[in-house]
Amino acid sequence: MKIMVAIKRVVDYAVKIRVKPDKSGVETQNVKMSMNPFCEIALEEALRIKESGMASEVVAVSMGPAQCVDTLRTGLAMGADRGIHVEATGALFPLSVAKLLRALVEVEKPGLLILGKQAIDDDCNQTGQMIAGLLNWPQGTFASKVVLDKEKHEVMVDREIDGGLETLCLDLPAVITTDLRLNQPRYATLPNIMKAKSKVIKKFTPQDLNVEIKSDMEVVQVTEPPKRKAGVIVSSVDELVDKLKNEAHVI
Amino acid sequence: VSTLILAEHEGGAVKAQSISAVEAAKSLGDDNSISLLLAGSGPSLSKAAAHAAACHPSVSQVLVADSDKFAYPLAESWAKLVHLVQQKATYSHVIATSSSFGKNILPRAAALLDVSPITDVIEISNSHLFVRPIYAGNALCTVKYTGAGPCMLTIRSTSFPVSPLLSDSKFDEAPVSQVDISTFGEDSVGKSRFIKVTSQDTERPDLANARVVVTGGRGLKNAENFKMIEKLAEKLSAAVGATRAAVDAGFVPNDLQVGQTGKIVAPELYIAFGVSGAIQHLAGMKDSKVIVAVNKDADAPIFQVADYGLVGDLFEVIPELLDKLPEKK
Repeated sequence: MKIMVAIKRVVDYAVKIRVKPDKSGVETQNVKMSMNPFCEIALEEALRIKESGMASEVVAVSMGPAQCVDTLRTGLAMGADRGIHVEATGALFPLSVAKLLRALVEVEKPGLLILGKQAIDDDCNQTGQMIAGLLNWPQGTFASKVVLDKEKHEVMVDREIDGGLETLCLDLPAVITTDLRLNQPRYATLPNIMKAKSKVIKKFTPQDLNVEIKSDMEVVQVTEPPKRKAGVIVSSVDELVDKLKNEAHVI
Repeated sequence: VSTLILAEHEGGAVKAQSISAVEAAKSLGDDNSISLLLAGSGPSLSKAAAHAAACHPSVSQVLVADSDKFAYPLAESWAKLVHLVQQKATYSHVIATSSSFGKNILPRAAALLDVSPITDVIEISNSHLFVRPIYAGNALCTVKYTGAGPCMLTIRSTSFPVSPLLSDSKFDEAPVSQVDISTFGEDSVGKSRFIKVTSQDTERPDLANARVVVTGGRGLKNAENFKMIEKLAEKLSAAVGATRAAVDAGFVPNDLQVGQTGKIVAPELYIAFGVSGAIQHLAGMKDSKVIVAVNKDADAPIFQVADYGLVGDLFEVIPELLDKLPEKK
């Protein structure tokens, strides 16, 4: 069985983002970019499944500008067997990504598709659910535990839901989206980074995949959220308790 | 304007969050006809339907899909149901809350309808213009829906509060009707099966919904010391949070992580001990109403967002707080 993992290149989670003065978006020039943390978890899970002998190959897929290849190289250095880059300029909304993924699934025929539950840039939390819908595959979103049963051709998924955990059993092929608790992603080692340089990254364009990138949504503006006003420094625990009780009325 | 709301129910009642969705729908337009869609099976569904009919004066009708297929809120059957209902009635808007229920189902339903959904709406400017947070709330994005299909949203229920006066007011109940599911396709149903649900131990409030959150950072130094945070949380009936640094150092499991990649919280009171205030942590808590920071480093960035800062050694401050905080009611 083959596992396909979608990975996204985003502004690094530790970077303080800046809204562009013309309100057209967030500054991404000269900013450190990394693999979306939830995608790292997705890739890690795929690698662990492969290492346990239940999958034969892990294919990493990324979509967007040319620099996505760097993110794919990181994925290959972590252990993915090969990469696919769908080169697309301009805004790609989740619906377009899901359609491109569907086209790639038809080419690659994976038994499992794993994605991060959301990207930390647009915070959409949509692509996994949408590709599952388009393929008519079952979905296990926000996964914190994944147990594959190759014999029965199914997968058990623990899902993080509001106030608890839900366990679902999905027939394969299926879509899984990962939550934070699923695993701790590995770091790429130097020898693996070297090895990754010779791994294959295949390029497609949306035209190659017969997907028309159109959008029914438009970003009007991106602005700074209202700032918190500066607070006060208190000098003692007594003063703090007093302020919380009599000024803020929160205790 | 006409709106379909995917309503969540539990124990024979519509969840409060879903009633917030009605509040959100009201701001789409004055002449909005609002329908609540409930799915499930058996007596608890009928009870929830009766509650839905009387939960808000703006509800025009309640639609009920009663079948074993909906015994559990699975995305596969729910998305199909939304598709079916939408094909029949062509609503201009479809809304769910940004709960794990809404986020699981709505994008799947949107894909079936070939629509780009809009997640986490916090403000409705007009029927097609919405504001939503991006980069974990570090920027706000205004988006316009330009498509022909229904405009599909998940809304943050905390941004659309329901008037507390509502429960006292008298109004006519909305009619309840059954959805005809005889044409309901079988193809994706059955590919996913509900096994069980495990609730968190309920002694402490859930991190994402707690009124008070007490968080520890790297300054706690080890897992043993972190128990002080738990003790204080107990005293305040608060949830316990942690920074990524504390999680990475192994003090606590990572489901306690507050931050851009962890939980996003906005409690009434947030108290941070030994937290420096990394960007990705601030992203997860800066919408809290009152922020308190205790740190021995007076230059820690956390003080720039704190309403009350105390420069001091947390190992002295926590015991003193335990002593001086009023007993919980």
